[in-house]
Amino acid sequence: MPELIVNREIATDTYRYLTEEDAVPATGDVIVPLVVWQAQADSLQARDGRTGVWLASDQLAEDLDERIHQADVVAIEFPKFVDGRGFSTAYLLRNRLNYQGELRAIGDILLDQLFYLQRVGFNAFLLPDGKPAAKGLELLEPISVRYQASTDTPCPLFRQLESA
Amino acid sequence: MYVYNDYDQQLVDDRVEQFREQTRRYLAGDLEEAEFLPLRLQNGLYIQRHAPMLRIAIPYGMLASNQLRKLADIADEYDRGYGHFSTRQNIQLNWPELERVPDILAELAKVEMHAIQTSGNCIRNTSTDQFAGVLADEVVDPRPYCELIRQWSTFHPEFAFLPRKFKIAVNSAASTDRAATRVHDIGVQIIRNDAGELGYRVYAGGGLGRTPVIGEVVSEFVEEKHLLTYIEAIVRVYNQHGRRDNKFKARIKILVRAMGIEKFRAKVEAEWAHLKDNDSTLTGAEIERMKAHFSEPNYEDLPATDPAVEQLKADSKGFRNWLERNATEHRVPGYTAITLSLKKTGVAPGDITSKQMRAAADLADRYSVGEARVSHFQNLILADVRVSDLPALWEEAKANGFATPNIGTLTDIICCPGGDFCSLANAKSIPIAEQIQRQFDDLDYVYDLGNLELNISGCMNACGHHHVGNIGILGVDKKGAEFYQISLGGDSGLDASLGKILGPSFNAEEVPSVIEKIIDVYVKERTEEEEFIDTVRRVGIKPFKEQVYA
Ligand code: HEM
Ligand code: SF4
Repeated sequence: MPELIVNREIATDTYRYLTEEDAVPATGDVIVPLVVWQAQADSLQARDGRTGVWLASDQLAEDLDERIHQADVVAIEFPKFVDGRGFSTAYLLRNRLNYQGELRAIGDILLDQLFYLQRVGFNAFLLPDGKPAAKGLELLEPISVRYQASTDTPCPLFRQLESA
Repeated sequence: MYVYNDYDQQLVDDRVEQFREQTRRYLAGDLEEAEFLPLRLQNGLYIQRHAPMLRIAIPYGMLASNQLRKLADIADEYDRGYGHFSTRQNIQLNWPELERVPDILAELAKVEMHAIQTSGNCIRNTSTDQFAGVLADEVVDPRPYCELIRQWSTFHPEFAFLPRKFKIAVNSAASTDRAATRVHDIGVQIIRNDAGELGYRVYAGGGLGRTPVIGEVVSEFVEEKHLLTYIEAIVRVYNQHGRRDNKFKARIKILVRAMGIEKFRAKVEAEWAHLKDNDSTLTGAEIERMKAHFSEPNYEDLPATDPAVEQLKADSKGFRNWLERNATEHRVPGYTAITLSLKKTGVAPGDITSKQMRAAADLADRYSVGEARVSHFQNLILADVRVSDLPALWEEAKANGFATPNIGTLTDIICCPGGDFCSLANAKSIPIAEQIQRQFDDLDYVYDLGNLELNISGCMNACGHHHVGNIGILGVDKKGAEFYQISLGGDSGLDASLGKILGPSFNAEEVPSVIEKIIDVYVKERTEEEEFIDTVRRVGIKPFKEQVYA
């Protein structure tokens, strides 16, 4: 079972991850692919249970619109951990679209990437099978200094020091 | 020289512990090879033909004498007593043991050094002119801007898994470009606009490797305070749109080409419109803080010339030669910048022993405000030498193997490690450099040829910048045998150009005589005062081809 971290705590995953072919159940928590979300936005709102959107790595922030704010969770997929597009997608979701809800990294992520993922705006991590969440929690903050701004630190270090 | 504050120190200390823990997990089998790979690469650790290779960052080439001494100690304790300066102003150790790399990093952290982002698909060390701060025709000292970029890019959370590596170079000189900015992913040319305001012309999409490209202008003028946000906009566009399906097509140069510079520029400008004037915009105080780290040494009021030096120049041809090639004019009278050559025949270009590192540190302390710089051309520079000290420095440089008077000439070869060390190589490169140096051992003749950049790479990854050598040599594999392809007309300067391939390749023994023939054609064709590159540009490669393949 893949383990889940949400807001720096180990959590239980209540979501089912649906593919385009899957019928959307009327109840229960689901995460649906972006195309499904875009095609059925209104009916998805009416269902019982939480609904999230699943972004593949080539689906960028510019492919999204205002309806994203209705999502209970946005899951950004990392098909391979070296594919870093999701870092920018997350940054833009948080800072350009001003998305405030849960932002979940899914797919092939490394425990050693959690720090950066968290910095750009992810607050939830579905770890690949075999990667212990307890270890992940230990690795959330390996570096205590942040020079540059990102989602977690809107003000770069130099400005913080200037106004201190 | 930039001096760490508590935050800078904390950051490198944290990094040492982080890497120690990652290495421990890897050795314990908790991290797979493929997972450890990007982690170690982002710490400059390659696994090479014989052993790991550790690339240590030397931000924009600046080294304090105590750092040089530490590098010497590390080379002795953890390696085989030498290091290799790279074309991007870093230093590489060829034989460290993986298990001990965390200890090396801990040693480095003690002298404000690290190996962060010296490899991997992230933003690498920012490079610049090795004579930064002492050149007369410099718009401003580029180093404060390099340091701003260094800090911004260090552990940038969004840009550590780019499609491919990302290199930034900054140039501030008006008439030269020793940092090869036009062949970088981003090239920053510091300029003043017509109103006299400081800013940058920003290039993107340059790069060498198997598809060499000269960068194109993304913006003619970006205001001084917008340096970081403008770069951020470019890197964000690249991170989202750069190709990830084929690593040979993943550099930003391919993206810029595929989109076309107009469309690429439009995307960057659209992204930047959101960032402009946000909190990452530089403040006057921050720029001043950085500048204070690179404030002028206390230059004395000295006469421009020294009678003893003039006398020695008159008496000693060796001294004259050395000054002619290894001294660079300093903007302050009575001072000069001296290049310590690491291009002695028989030594791999850019290699330096631990003994030499200590000697260079001493020379830096005694003759040049305790600092040395590494150049893109793989030499060491003492930038603030008193003219009156030149005779003494010359003697000591000779005694330590630094005085080869060949800077900027045919024998000041840029050369990658090649087949002797590198597992990607098609052919050896270091022995080719040596053969050429031996062929051209007549200094007077080499001087007469003037400025001439000869660059050698052992394969099309182009670590030795062969595309932008006036003469470029590329190792190729012909049915399992090592061959060399020769190109002419490359230039890494302001007027950057890529060399044109002369024709079919040669085996190793043929290379020196081919170079000889090329030089003969130049000598025959050149007009007075014409440099090699200008002759090639004027007459084209045809006469060279005819002579070489006659
Ligand atoms: C021995 C181990 C080395 C390996 C395995 C290696 C590997 C590579 C590879 C694969 C590339 C091509 C990347 C691309 O085009 O995307 C490259 C480029 C480059 N390497 Fe190395 N390299 C090594 C050593 C060096 C050394 C010692 C230097 C400096 C003297 C160096 C300087 C460069 C530079 C400047 C480039 C960039 C050229 C460009 O802009 O595309 N490398 N290296
Ligand atoms: S150019 Fe090729 S042979 Fe030379 S160091 Fe780079 S990868 Fe190795």
